[in-house]
Amino acid sequence: MAEEQRVILEYADKIDPKKADDYIKVGGYKGLEKARSMDRKALIDEVKKSGLRGRGGAGFNAGMKWSFVPIKDEDRYVVCNFDEGEPGTYKDRIICEKNAQALLEGMAICGAAIASKQGYIYCRGEYPFVVKMLREAIKSAKDSGALGDFDIEVRMGAGAYVCGEETALIESIEGHRGEPRFKPPFPGVAGLWAQPTVVNNVETFACLPYIMTNGADWFAGIGAAKYPGTKVLTLTGDVENATYFEVPTNYMLRDVVYKLGGGVKGGKKFKAVQVGGTSGAFIPEQNLDTQIDFDSMSAIGAALGSGAVFVMDETRDIVDIVTRISKFFEHESCGKCNPCREGTWRCREIMEKINAGKASQKDIDNLMLLSRVMKNAALCGLGQAAPIPIDSTLEHFGYEYSRKIV
Amino acid sequence: MLKLTINGQEIEVPKGTMLLSACQQAGADIPTFCYDPDLKLAGSCRMCVVEVEGRRNLLASCVTPCENNMVVSTESDRTTEARKVILELLLARHKVECMTCEKVGMCKLQDYCYRYGVKDSRFAGEKGHFAMEDPNPFIERDYDKCIMCTRCVRACEEITGAQAINVKERGHHAKISTIFDGKLADSTCVFCGQCIMVCPVGALTSKVSMGKGRSMEYDRVLTTCTYCGTGCTLELNVKDDQVVGVTSNRDATYSPVNKGALCVKGRFGWDFIHSPERLTTPLIKENGQFRPASWEEAMDFAANKLKAIKEKDGPDSIAMFSSARVTNEENYLAQKMMRAAIGTNNVDHCARL
Repeated sequence: MAEEQRVILEYADKIDPKKADDYIKVGGYKGLEKARSMDRKALIDEVKKSGLRGRGGAGFNAGMKWSFVPIKDEDRYVVCNFDEGEPGTYKDRIICEKNAQALLEGMAICGAAIASKQGYIYCRGEYPFVVKMLREAIKSAKDSGALGDFDIEVRMGAGAYVCGEETALIESIEGHRGEPRFKPPFPGVAGLWAQPTVVNNVETFACLPYIMTNGADWFAGIGAAKYPGTKVLTLTGDVENATYFEVPTNYMLRDVVYKLGGGVKGGKKFKAVQVGGTSGAFIPEQNLDTQIDFDSMSAIGAALGSGAVFVMDETRDIVDIVTRISKFFEHESCGKCNPCREGTWRCREIMEKINAGKASQKDIDNLMLLSRVMKNAALCGLGQAAPIPIDSTLEHFGYEYSRKIV
Repeated sequence: MLKLTINGQEIEVPKGTMLLSACQQAGADIPTFCYDPDLKLAGSCRMCVVEVEGRRNLLASCVTPCENNMVVSTESDRTTEARKVILELLLARHKVECMTCEKVGMCKLQDYCYRYGVKDSRFAGEKGHFAMEDPNPFIERDYDKCIMCTRCVRACEEITGAQAINVKERGHHAKISTIFDGKLADSTCVFCGQCIMVCPVGALTSKVSMGKGRSMEYDRVLTTCTYCGTGCTLELNVKDDQVVGVTSNRDATYSPVNKGALCVKGRFGWDFIHSPERLTTPLIKENGQFRPASWEEAMDFAANKLKAIKEKDGPDSIAMFSSARVTNEENYLAQKMMRAAIGTNNVDHCARL
């Protein structure tokens, strides 16, 4: 695909991701070698300079995150967030299935930066086949000597969406209920087993070998200046090409839908696209001419998030879709904080009432109030983001609500 | 020291101070459900949220460390809106049976609804269905009144160390449960009632006190528990000269030994106080029949008998078995009496059994 710019997925389907030797033949583990030859601080500075920002959704500068880790006489951990629970997102699975060794190398590079010898990959519970593959990949990398004394263990989730939140993920690895912790302290200071921990997304780690091999300046020169590099997007919904793509981050959203996606399926008209997974905002036609990078998406009140792109054609009932989404959040709320536990429940009730044509404007007002309080006061990102689909559709597709109101 | 402005007032606090504490020092009354000074922080009820200038979201003050130059507002429109909505959300799941609730007058949900003028909920819909029968004789568990602050879970683990309860299920199905959702008696519960002590609402109450009087009806009388030598402070609930319950006084000034924590005996084992079978005067047995006697007479009687036995059969014919229900000092005196006054080493103690 000419429109793509493949960095992480350059050798997709050309090498066996399980085999370290295959990866080494195409230049793999050179970045780790370089990282280990560098001074720790210089390594972190290099990553900072590359401008690499978190690919899981929060968009935090990776090198900056690492620099918060205190190096004292205690264990430190590198944790890979491979929970990938955001509906419509499957980029991390693709990265692992196509280039698992890059993830392992990236984690070891992070290990070199924070002087950690132990990594954990927290894998989505619905991916048992990937866990198997990752374990083989780790064994191959260990056997080849490429990872050196850096060990990686794969832990499996059990299907909770909230465990994609980094502190809930840590709780889960520790064997507790998957509930987020309050922050601060951030994981960089007190994470896994209360030790300093870096949690990064699969894609973030997988970028690192290429940054180390080709240099920070090379990476910083790709895509959008403030969110450089490439991004793996996963297309779902009413598009012709519902598959994955790797593009530079200054790629336009309209091109994602019409060029990569091949346009709306069956020649129908476009209605909306939801980017970043189920907690993402619904984006109307008039905002399609936006770059997909973190800041450009934020500027239109949306979020790049995990890079999921869910396209809806003209026949889709927005209120019905949002009702289903509210049911999802009701199901996935962990139940720890009041605004989310109770709020997602009542959001679903009100959405169902609206969807059934039994609601009045007063219900919409209550929904907006509830949404505002959840955003303002919920403990973690789940509760704060759960009302975003509601708010964004009320803003851009208000008429779909109005016609169902009595 | 860190400098903050709270509700327009400048205040200095040491580094590491939590915002909740700083706000309280500045005279602000911050509502809390899940916060308990003796328990690990949860940061989950979100009632203590405050507005800090420059922060997008409201911050839960109980888990937010103070930072220099924070400008804080504790009753801004956004904070009161959030608190009202949280209260309405809790009311929507709550059975709202205040008319017959044991907790009336001491219920934080009731107090805060009053404070914020929350009469009913705009989010009323399906109610919670957490009611359960637990036939234990001590702890009433009415989870249709539970607000999921998890103080009971933390108290069970951190104060008592029993770990009998935890959160089960997820989202609004989440509830407090023993392992496999069973009865307390089948769990590691020791019925200390620390969960009742920390429960801010009427979800956990004492079955022994049920229906005997509510907080505004009884006086609180501090006393020391007589069950063992530990010396825990009890707070007797006294209504019409009758003990109707035992509650905790958690202030270390008044309750230095136990800070309110009690065991099953201290908290629930007080019904003997008004038992008609209770001995209220010494009895002396004469011709196979007990007759009431004064303390002086009874003491003289016992002393004379002991003396007589000692003279007839020697000091080793007498033994003393003392009790853990008296204090260490009294136990010391007991052995002293045996060794110095009677002249024997025949002294033992029930705690050795």
